[in-house]
Amino acid sequence: MFKEFRTALVSFVLLSLLTGIAYPLLVTGIAQATMPVKANGSLIVKDGKPVGSSLIGQSFSDPKYFWGRPSATGPMPDNASASGGSNLGPTNPALLDTVKTRVQALRDADPGNTAPVPVDLVTASASGLDPHISPAAAEYQLVRVARLRGIAPDAVRKLVAVHTEGRQFGILGEPRVNVLELNLALDALRKG
Amino acid sequence: MINGILQIVIYLGVLLALTRPLGIYMRRIYEGELPSFVRWLQPAEDLFYRVCGIDKQEMRWTRYALAMLWFSLLGVLAVYLLQRLQGMLPLNPQGMGAVTPDSSFNTALSFVTNTNWQGYAGETTMSYFTQMAGLTVQNFFSAATGMAVAIALIRGFARHTVETIGNFWVDMTRSTIYILLPLSVILALVLVGQGAIQNLSAYQAVTTLEATTYDNPKADASGNPLKDAAGNPVTEKVTTHEQVIAMGPVASQEAIKQLGTNGGGFFNANSAHPFENPTPFANFLSMLAIFLIPAGLCYTFGSMVGDTRQGWAILISMTILFAGFLAVVEYAELNGNPAFNALGVDQSISATQSGGNMEGKEARFGIVNSALFATITTAASCGAVNAMHDSFTPLGGLVPLAQIQLGEVVFGGVGSGLYGMLVYAVIAVFLAGLMIGRTPEYLGKKIEAYDIKMASLVILIPPLIILGGTAVAVMLDVGKSGIFNPGAHGFSEVLYAFSSAVGNNGSAFAGLSANTPFYNSALGFAVWFGRFWLIIPVLALAGSLAAKKRIPVSVGSMATHTPLFVWLLIGTVLLVGALNFVPALALGPVIEHLNMTGVH
Repeated sequence: MFKEFRTALVSFVLLSLLTGIAYPLLVTGIAQATMPVKANGSLIVKDGKPVGSSLIGQSFSDPKYFWGRPSATGPMPDNASASGGSNLGPTNPALLDTVKTRVQALRDADPGNTAPVPVDLVTASASGLDPHISPAAAEYQLVRVARLRGIAPDAVRKLVAVHTEGRQFGILGEPRVNVLELNLALDALRKG
Repeated sequence: MINGILQIVIYLGVLLALTRPLGIYMRRIYEGELPSFVRWLQPAEDLFYRVCGIDKQEMRWTRYALAMLWFSLLGVLAVYLLQRLQGMLPLNPQGMGAVTPDSSFNTALSFVTNTNWQGYAGETTMSYFTQMAGLTVQNFFSAATGMAVAIALIRGFARHTVETIGNFWVDMTRSTIYILLPLSVILALVLVGQGAIQNLSAYQAVTTLEATTYDNPKADASGNPLKDAAGNPVTEKVTTHEQVIAMGPVASQEAIKQLGTNGGGFFNANSAHPFENPTPFANFLSMLAIFLIPAGLCYTFGSMVGDTRQGWAILISMTILFAGFLAVVEYAELNGNPAFNALGVDQSISATQSGGNMEGKEARFGIVNSALFATITTAASCGAVNAMHDSFTPLGGLVPLAQIQLGEVVFGGVGSGLYGMLVYAVIAVFLAGLMIGRTPEYLGKKIEAYDIKMASLVILIPPLIILGGTAVAVMLDVGKSGIFNPGAHGFSEVLYAFSSAVGNNGSAFAGLSANTPFYNSALGFAVWFGRFWLIIPVLALAGSLAAKKRIPVSVGSMATHTPLFVWLLIGTVLLVGALNFVPALALGPVIEHLNMTGVH
């Protein structure tokens, strides 16, 4: 009984050092040496300052920008140090009220647009940090953004296409548009 | 639609193609015939045994169980202490303080038992040191323990007239250093290549493009939230251009979290978080990693008992069950939420949007990969999530719940899935024996009263704790106060919590506020009993089987590699599950489904 305990103790300590210290540090070392940008969060740097991560969504409510997926994180949306979804169930009246409010906000921002709203634009993402929207959600907002910025819709459409990723390897996942990168490109267009 | 089916077919195709090579590799590892490309590690393995005083002697099942329990108890103690003391330990750039005693207790038990229920939110609770030296370590150890127990049970079938079932230390060590560790290093680096982060830096503040205005809850000097006279939190309007992005050694934990069917995420959002699961390919590899070892072990089983057809029969039964469950989840989620249609929301499936029920799902995964992931993670006892199960449609949420309640024998956890399914196989041959009035036998072993008693314990203990725990929780105010969603869905949240804990799954209907002393304690005990009250009867069964004579196959023996047996096994799993859980499921997701579709 005691001998078994001693074996347990020594093997526990040694294997902990191997799997809990050596393994993560080895992976960190290799990752930092070979893929530093990705290992450090795919940060986007503008004028020497980090302005976001291409993998982490930011909150947009100005109609001149494309809006991303709604975020249920607290206390502010897209809180990248407290990820999470709404956890609202499908029959919860609070979910329906929230979706109704979001549809109304989109309609208010773009009064002429009567097209049905793509579902991903009015439902909270799982992480609260989803950096993407569907191409349909980008198309829905395109005319609004172009009008408010005083540029031709086709110029914006071209920009959306540049920031649209297809299915990976042509098969996996869903086509999607990176909202932060697209909005940064829109701002650059205005300046340029 | 065609693309969705294609993605699923590719997934299953790659998985089944890897089953045989991995299965052969694992058999060789456990039988000590190391392949040449890992033989250079053997001196290190032998040195490790010498330092630890491991004599490599074969053990009877009682000693095997004792060794496993000592090892697990040390794990509980270590993870508890690391959380309580993390404020004084290194690698804590965010200055995380001690975790509360009840949450530490719950997390320690849950990670040691391969459950990885997250009552806490990783990025606001755990230091990097706790994540690495506490949680990552248990991701390895709990998986290695499950694999060791499965191998011990396989030996029970493979051997005859001996008292021993292997050496726990050897089985556990080999699982760790030859199987889990190399696969984890490879997977972790590929995940970084996809964008998963791996660093020890402090959280990164960035300047956002647009300012965000929000209601910030005010706190008093000691950090407690202020409340007004009516009990509502006091808030102030804050406008900020700052976003603080959580960092950490994520990819290394992510890899073993999936390979070990652990499921405890580095972040609160788990595999939905873009830093854990950045791309569809990362998602594909994560899903593959969950089923990889459980599928491979089926082949290892067939190979070790000397008839690979036996392993395939088990694997085919699992795959058929899986395909059926997956179809229900995909169908339910793609259909979306009927209540949205009146609100001017477009849920249709098209080339430019995934459509369907997108609440709590990520755009890069869409419906197809969210439903697939949810079915995989609850078929296995993984519990990682890339979408929020609480926001699934009623039927889409029923399947994950039911799969956990069936005992996670559809592929299942590493080791635990196979030993669970073999117990069902024992029950299946027993039922068949009753029907024709013969003494049941499986793989040349006569199944007798003692064996059936042990198998029955494995089948009956989980529903007892799940249903009992749920019943108690919904009667107590402390239990009811944690419920988030109203109506039948709220009952589902509690039922899911106890099912997930006992099944050592760890996923949740996460609206439930489970980080309370009541749920932390109740679910902590549930994970412990759900793990070890099953492992001990399984080891007893292994010991009993190993001691039996092998009886030669006769014309009266029932073949256990035929389609007939596959259906018998599937029927047994579904029948036992239905008898135990249909009434409880009727009170939760079934009522909610009827409500949602307009039946009142």
